[in-house]
Amino acid sequence: MEINKHYFDTVIIGSGLAGLRASIECVKHGTVAVLSKLYPTRSHSTAAQGGIGAALGNEEPDNPEWHTYDTVKGSDFLGDQDAIEIMCYDAIPTIIELEHMGVPFSRTPEGKIAQRRFGGHTRDFGAAPVRRACYSADRTGHAVLFALYEQGQLNGVRFFQEFQVLDIVIENNAVQGIITMNIKNGSIHVFESKALIIASGGFGKIFKVTSNAYASTGECLSMLFKQGYPLEDMEFFQFHPTGLYGLGILITEGARGEGGILINGNGERFMERYAPTIKDLAPRDMVSRAILTEIRDGRGIDGKDYVYLDLRHIDKKILEERLPEITTFCKIYLGIDPSKAPIPVVPTAHYAMGGIPTDVDGRVLKDVDGSVIEGLYAAGECACVSVHGANRLGCNSLLDTVVFGRRAGKSAISIIKSAKKNRVKKERIQNIIDCISMIKNSNGRENVASIKQDLQKNMMDKCSVFRKEEDLKELLDEINDIKERYKEISITDRSNTFNTELLDAVELGHMITLSEVIVSCALQRTESRGAHCREDYPKRDDENWLKHTFVFQTEKGILFKYKPVNITRFQPQERKY
Amino acid sequence: MEKYYTFKIKRFLPDETPSVRWDEFRIRLNRMERIIDGLIKIKETRDGTLTFRKSCAHGVCGSCAMKINGKNRLACQTLVKDMPEVIEIEPLPALPVIKDLAVDMTLFFEKNDRVLPYLVNDEPPPERERLQSPDDQHKILESITCIMCGSCTTSCPVFWADKEYLGPSALLKAYRFTFDTRDRATQQRLEKITGEHGVWRCHSIFNCVDVCPKEIDITKHILKLKRLAVKKGFTGDSQ
Repeated sequence: MEINKHYFDTVIIGSGLAGLRASIECVKHGTVAVLSKLYPTRSHSTAAQGGIGAALGNEEPDNPEWHTYDTVKGSDFLGDQDAIEIMCYDAIPTIIELEHMGVPFSRTPEGKIAQRRFGGHTRDFGAAPVRRACYSADRTGHAVLFALYEQGQLNGVRFFQEFQVLDIVIENNAVQGIITMNIKNGSIHVFESKALIIASGGFGKIFKVTSNAYASTGECLSMLFKQGYPLEDMEFFQFHPTGLYGLGILITEGARGEGGILINGNGERFMERYAPTIKDLAPRDMVSRAILTEIRDGRGIDGKDYVYLDLRHIDKKILEERLPEITTFCKIYLGIDPSKAPIPVVPTAHYAMGGIPTDVDGRVLKDVDGSVIEGLYAAGECACVSVHGANRLGCNSLLDTVVFGRRAGKSAISIIKSAKKNRVKKERIQNIIDCISMIKNSNGRENVASIKQDLQKNMMDKCSVFRKEEDLKELLDEINDIKERYKEISITDRSNTFNTELLDAVELGHMITLSEVIVSCALQRTESRGAHCREDYPKRDDENWLKHTFVFQTEKGILFKYKPVNITRFQPQERKY
Repeated sequence: MEKYYTFKIKRFLPDETPSVRWDEFRIRLNRMERIIDGLIKIKETRDGTLTFRKSCAHGVCGSCAMKINGKNRLACQTLVKDMPEVIEIEPLPALPVIKDLAVDMTLFFEKNDRVLPYLVNDEPPPERERLQSPDDQHKILESITCIMCGSCTTSCPVFWADKEYLGPSALLKAYRFTFDTRDRATQQRLEKITGEHGVWRCHSIFNCVDVCPKEIDITKHILKLKRLAVKKGFTGDSQ
């Protein structure tokens, strides 16, 4: 088989916000290739709706110090405070820079970037909600993604669309390159580079109900893990409180930022009981638990498994101007007009707080001691800096992508300028080719789709918002069965042209690996913190668990190590809103 | 409420002879399910070789545009309840087909590259954001919702006849920057779009408006570009 070889100083996996923002830094100093398994503008960043956080103070007084405090508290004190401080202070110049690049933000009457309220963002260290989320109606991700893509094009970034990464090659503790497949014709392409930036996004597709795209399957994390490199804090997965019932499609927190409220089957605004000060604008982990608690206690709508998000009292003009997209979703998918009827919602799998461990400059860590893999960087949802700790605040994820995408890009420059030479060995490429032909030619009796459905259902049932030992242990057994079944898969499409059945099979293997990692991490953390809620250990346990999980694959099985949380300014306290 | 639907799908499998054929699949779907759900069901349970693109599944990424019952639409934004019992599905027209419903979008995306598809402003930026009034922002509001799914350009008869024609999507992109008060490249961009295969070729057929899944009035934007071009001294001489 013919191998196509490419060399670029920097190779970036993923064309969402983090990858694109990094590319704009690197292209000033050398050649850059950005690979996406989709067309670049299809990346899931485009689905981000509500806003991007920065204490610009355009609508009312605000302060990056308050933003820092909110993020630390939102993270349930697991976020690293040095990194959070960098993010919240960098936020202001980063957003201004985005505006200069052309992002079409919504505007205040004076022509400044408009801002709105979002969950967990407050003034004066928790006194009341503050307008901090900069937005472009409810299409903020789309607006930023296009601007960054356009800047990438302008500056000469090379885009390789519809390329699937099959392997990340690291040897002698240094990145060598990646092995990929051109989806269009099945050809193998090897990219060697001095710097590799992984910006591959999330992996919500391991759950049955999710706001994530079909492409969010997390293979890059799994590829590193399988080679013995760690993943951090994988037990922390965020469920967004307001997914459209039955579909999981996201309804932005901005809807509550604009005044929307949650009501239960008794017509009660129940968040008043759970978070008396900021009510419906409490952080997502708390609101998701509150919704499911109401449902469990029989206070869902008509006793069923959903509650209502009520926007009927919001001025119709505000709905039209600031929330047009979600209004359309409700009309198309549920046939309801949110100005006239409440929206049935239920939590939906949304965001991975954990991921590839990095330092504040995007360098990938290979152990808890802070040692790094030369030339390897990660940014965005696939990475764990950690700024989100145990629970991410709304509008901090877009911020994370651009702040740390930019920092990763900048920190890669020194390696781009070095004389370093990298090589992907032939045997490694052959290995991948053999794996692919094995899947293609297998005559097993298991079907990829049915395994995937079982995995997604089991993860949703036993490892979502509420978790307990019994369920998690059962789930690990089920995943072991699924692993066995995966060995017996076969596919019907044997062609080289646009073989999505083959890619589904490859992705599924990685989804199984990540699921096992998440469940194992959830099982070992015997406390409740942020999005990780153990019913059998309902309290946060700072004495034993104020630390990051690093999970490794070893010959003897899964190994855990721990890294202390970086606490600078804000000592852990009880988290109340 | 579940019901049987027949999906009649135009197949193109380059490795097989004949490479083009029509397949029919009868499947049960809830009336609130989407065309994309039907296609996934067919791929997972009937024919694993059936090929189509998908990603966000709620009308924001633009991956799954295809021709459904004679009209370009997003498969993830079209519910089966709004369709007859027999649903005919083909790839987007006028682009080379790679396999089944996946077309080669290269030509479509390249058109954008020809209209200076980025904000141009060489003036030193202020310390804070460039100011823009809400009214000025509203001028580009509709145009920034484009997801580049390709429905419009591939539905345009002018594009069918002239593959060099910039087409509605690229012209909308040109509008988006030309009418952004922060942009300074009006002249250069108008030069790019007023050539032989540019803005004058639009004959206001409105197919693009009819199919746009984001309900953008593309023709209106193209007309505004034409008006501005005339005002700035560009004419349709080349026609």
